[in-house]
Amino acid sequence: MAEYTLKVRRYQPESGEAAYWEEFKVDLDPSLSVLDGLLQAKDRDDGSLAVRCSCRAAICGSCGMKVNGQSGLGCKTQIGEAHEAANRRNGGSEPIVVEPMGNMPVIKDLITDMESTHWAKIRRVTPWLLPHGEPPEREYVVEPESMIDITQSMACIQCGACVSSCLSMEADPDFIGPAALAKAYRFVGDPRDAETVERLHDLAHDPHGIYDCTHCFSCIDACPKGVAPMDQIMRLRRRAAEEGIEDDPNNGANHVKAFVKMIEKKGTNDEALLIQESYAPGVKGKLKPTKGAVEGLLKSLPTVLRAIKTGKARSPSKLIPGVHPKLPGGAQDEVKAIYAHAEEHREEFNLYIKGEDEDFVEPEPDEMTDATIEAEAAAAAESEES
Amino acid sequence: MKLAYWPGCVSRGFTTELHGSMAFTAEKLGIELVELDRANCCGAGIIAEHNQELADTLNARTFALAQQTGLAMMNICSTCQGAQSECQQRLDADSAYRAHINEVLSGQGLEYVKGKDGFTNKNFLWLLVEDYGLDKLAEKVVRPLSGLRVGPFYGCYVVRPKERLGYDEFPDRDLYLEKVIEVLGGEVVEYDGARKCCGFPVITMNRDTSLRQAGTHVGDAIDAGADCLVTPCPLCHLNLDMQQPEAAKVVNRDLGLAVLHLPQLVGLALGAEPKELGMSKHIASTRWVEERLAGGVPA
Repeated sequence: MAEYTLKVRRYQPESGEAAYWEEFKVDLDPSLSVLDGLLQAKDRDDGSLAVRCSCRAAICGSCGMKVNGQSGLGCKTQIGEAHEAANRRNGGSEPIVVEPMGNMPVIKDLITDMESTHWAKIRRVTPWLLPHGEPPEREYVVEPESMIDITQSMACIQCGACVSSCLSMEADPDFIGPAALAKAYRFVGDPRDAETVERLHDLAHDPHGIYDCTHCFSCIDACPKGVAPMDQIMRLRRRAAEEGIEDDPNNGANHVKAFVKMIEKKGTNDEALLIQESYAPGVKGKLKPTKGAVEGLLKSLPTVLRAIKTGKARSPSKLIPGVHPKLPGGAQDEVKAIYAHAEEHREEFNLYIKGEDEDFVEPEPDEMTDATIEAEAAAAAESEES
Repeated sequence: MKLAYWPGCVSRGFTTELHGSMAFTAEKLGIELVELDRANCCGAGIIAEHNQELADTLNARTFALAQQTGLAMMNICSTCQGAQSECQQRLDADSAYRAHINEVLSGQGLEYVKGKDGFTNKNFLWLLVEDYGLDKLAEKVVRPLSGLRVGPFYGCYVVRPKERLGYDEFPDRDLYLEKVIEVLGGEVVEYDGARKCCGFPVITMNRDTSLRQAGTHVGDAIDAGADCLVTPCPLCHLNLDMQQPEAAKVVNRDLGLAVLHLPQLVGLALGAEPKELGMSKHIASTRWVEERLAGGVPA
């Protein structure tokens, strides 16, 4: 047993007062959870402390909260570890900070309104199967392998931790967000669904859809079930591009296409070419810039002008698209050969499904060759002799 | 200390002051850098988004080029670190997949061998703390950054996802900037945005969201009393510094906070003049930092 201090953000709307911090001393085994600590405080000190929970085993998804700023489940966060995390920098007397989830209104203390944000966004992506034609007489029959792809997004327990942690949503509350987009992939990837292209078109054409994710990985670390919502968002982008959905209002598909093409041509980033190609692809002869692209290009001009002024961009290769040099001495041809090979196979290695077949930090060569076996045998014999 | 050095695209593009200050600082620290001038872009997560196998092969090629030198590899960009670590994780996970990737590399006389000679790829920040050592760094300081209040800004790609970025072995990687600032004699400023997203990845896709992120973090650091920010990521630098005047419009407040590259901050403490470190190329003026170090601004 050990004593811990929980510093809890309290908010009681009926009091008419602003939110405030309150500290509770709790006494429990370090292997028990932060939720256990909160329940002890509620039992011993203040029965009005409001927290939502049910299973206490990371199954029901009720106790989403922030512990030391990290979004997750209270029941899946050990109190001993939370104490250590709170004291990594300042000795050993800092309290464990417990707050309600972010990006959602607070109803009371640690209870947030899941309806107005999380569930509204989940409903936004039409989270049910849309098959075409008459349903089969019995169940739908699918290849087991074809379902494996979506098992990761199916693991979601709707706790909202990823929504709470989302840094895009913090800046743009309209962002559809990690939970709902992971749920969208669950149906986009489902072989029984017949509206795949329509779903992808819808999510690409919403300015707060798949191209509004800022790649911050917060949702991956927040998710208690390994769903990796950001990975699912990237797969939605990949699938949308494969379906030829390119005229999105965020100019997202164009930007990716321009970037990928540029590295094939130059090997490293040609900034002038990237800006031009992202906004006005194929400028030679068949320029068809969208309204958003023209706006984007115009808005980037003051930044470019300032960069010329300080000398950041005062060179032809940074101003004139295409002047940037290729990789030297045949290296560019090596890059092109890689493109030819990889664009043909497009293999997607899924760690979630395949796992790691080897010890990740193993510093040994992959396989013992006859030569290494002989060398080792010789070395062993030598050490025995000496 | 001798390293295979991947400077990344941006340090040779819109942030040449990073490339220059790294060369300067490495020399002062006694680190020899062997630049991988045949290596290619890491893909910045964008190529992986388009075709995972393509990103994995391109980065396997870079690792193979580094392995040819027999040296450990260093990068100076959080985004390179994250994008390369992502590919390395897949390559290291499965020998059959690695063999498939090496198929095309073998035609070029290259091979990525998992763990060859204890191969590592670390950014300058990780390397400074884990391999060079903070004690040794402290010995090199000739001008302690006394009185300089510095806000750390990491860049997402070196703080998340923890499982991929070696936090099991090095759990304090998200505290290294604070440690370095303190060793250099500066004062750490705590503010909300240190480990948040600068917004750069969506600057062409959702400009308003992107600039709101950058502007909010710069503003928070100013409110917490920072004289400057320091970042190991040149892409963060683009959004926090180059876009700062645009970000100020979106968050509707005055900003004007210097943003230093990590090798610049280290270089200042090792005695370099701001001009030698390319600080005049920044968009947000670094004059305040220079005056503070010269003792011209009362703390």
